Amino acid sequence: MTALLEVDALSVFYGKFRALFDVSLTIAEGEIVSIIGANGAGKSSLLKAIVGQVPRVEGEIRLSGRSMADQTTAARVAAGVALVPEGRRLFPSLTVEENLDIGWQTGRRGEIRRDDVYGYFPVLRERRNQRASQLSGGQQQMVALGRALLANPRLLLCDEISLGLAPVVIDGLYRMLPQIRDRGTAILIVEQDISRSLAVADRFYCLLEGKVNLSGRPGEFSREEVERSYFGG
Amino acid sequence: MAGAWANQIVQGVLLGGLYAMFAMGLSLSAGVMRFINIAHGDLIVLVCFMVLSLAVGLGVPLLLAVAIIVPLAFVAGYVLQRLLLQRVLGQGVLPVILVTFGLSIIIQNALQGTYGADTRKVPAGSIETATIHVVDGINVGVLPLTIFVAAVLLVLLLDRVLYRTGIGARIRAVSDDPSAANLIGLPSPHIYAIAMGIVGITIAISGAFMAVWTNFDPTSGPSRLLIAFEAVVLGGLGSLWGTLAGGILLGVAQTLGGQFDAAWQVLAGHIAFLVIFTLRPQGLFPRY
Repeated sequence: MTALLEVDALSVFYGKFRALFDVSLTIAEGEIVSIIGANGAGKSSLLKAIVGQVPRVEGEIRLSGRSMADQTTAARVAAGVALVPEGRRLFPSLTVEENLDIGWQTGRRGEIRRDDVYGYFPVLRERRNQRASQLSGGQQQMVALGRALLANPRLLLCDEISLGLAPVVIDGLYRMLPQIRDRGTAILIVEQDISRSLAVADRFYCLLEGKVNLSGRPGEFSREEVERSYFGG
Repeated sequence: MAGAWANQIVQGVLLGGLYAMFAMGLSLSAGVMRFINIAHGDLIVLVCFMVLSLAVGLGVPLLLAVAIIVPLAFVAGYVLQRLLLQRVLGQGVLPVILVTFGLSIIIQNALQGTYGADTRKVPAGSIETATIHVVDGINVGVLPLTIFVAAVLLVLLLDRVLYRTGIGARIRAVSDDPSAANLIGLPSPHIYAIAMGIVGITIAISGAFMAVWTNFDPTSGPSRLLIAFEAVVLGGLGSLWGTLAGGILLGVAQTLGGQFDAAWQVLAGHIAFLVIFTLRPQGLFPRY
């Protein structure tokens, strides 16, 4: 397997605060990788560093072997890295369709079109002319995921997509992930919910206080082992 | 007698077209980027002097002069936003007001130093005196009518750009949530700069019309800003059609006040503003 994303000894700084300490990980093409960890473990900082939205980093982030250090977020998105941000972050005054189209305009312009997203989430087609702020939380998360998919990413980053949603809605979203992977998109998911994200992942990394303290395939470890490294101690 | 009043209302509506044009750029920057550009009026006056230099100084035909200035104004707006205003955006309301206030003083003094303090006007030839006879007692000047029509077209065009195009959606997206835009690869500084470039275009067009319709001097800016500000607030923040309505209201109030007594003209506009503002502080067609 060739590595799509290589993160090599990455540290992230916010002023004097250091959020990540020499984190290294890889994601291969067509792989779903899960990052688990408690609140404040550095999961979101890792994703923000990959898209280039943290003040200062040390270490390397490479996409298909090419360093992204000097690239703007716009260049990284155009190269095939798309983020579903924590809290969805839709543009509330824009319609569903306008929100989706922004994904296309900023992205890689590949084979995934608006109709494909409507195929995944038929309810969005019915509501395409409504403002994003008028949608339910689950529907908003569908738009956020659809917006990222329309960027035609090679690597999709999902930051806490289950947050604040009903279990049945989360199940629906998580069933989508293997389908997206099977179209050739690698997925990096960040979750606090261990069981759900490990169920869908090929491999996982556990972060504790900015460091990787466990990694491997979900089946290799017992639930107790994973929980111990999740909470520390 | 009734004819005279009707005539004043018609003239006021046409004057309102010019006021709406002054206010269009301010309406955009207040509605989209959520800041008030204190130098707005001075930028309009700066364009007046550029038209003066090109048309009178160098003898360039008026329309060609405008065609030169409009793209320049887009670039200038882009650069102004990217290099200056963007640095103080998102730090509260005060820094951007101070920076544009400083810009206003710089422009006024640079114009004084370059052109002197004399009152100027750009001659536009026969169009200045041409009138259309509508009915008895009502004659409409071709130039004011042209300006009014241009103002309506400009609102139509800006409205379409903002609500029917991809770049318009991107501008509104950044206006909704700049940091979310940055996260998904929509760089807010670039998009805001494009919006300010569009503001620059409206400044260029309104400055060119002002140069041929009214007198101006290097210190005319603040009074233009005041009228533009009133039109924007009357219309409701973020609404371009509201700004047009606000400009027309001010124009009509001024000409009706002038019908009573010439000294009342400017004051009547301000009084109308204060009364409506007291009754409806959110403006006529608020978007927010």
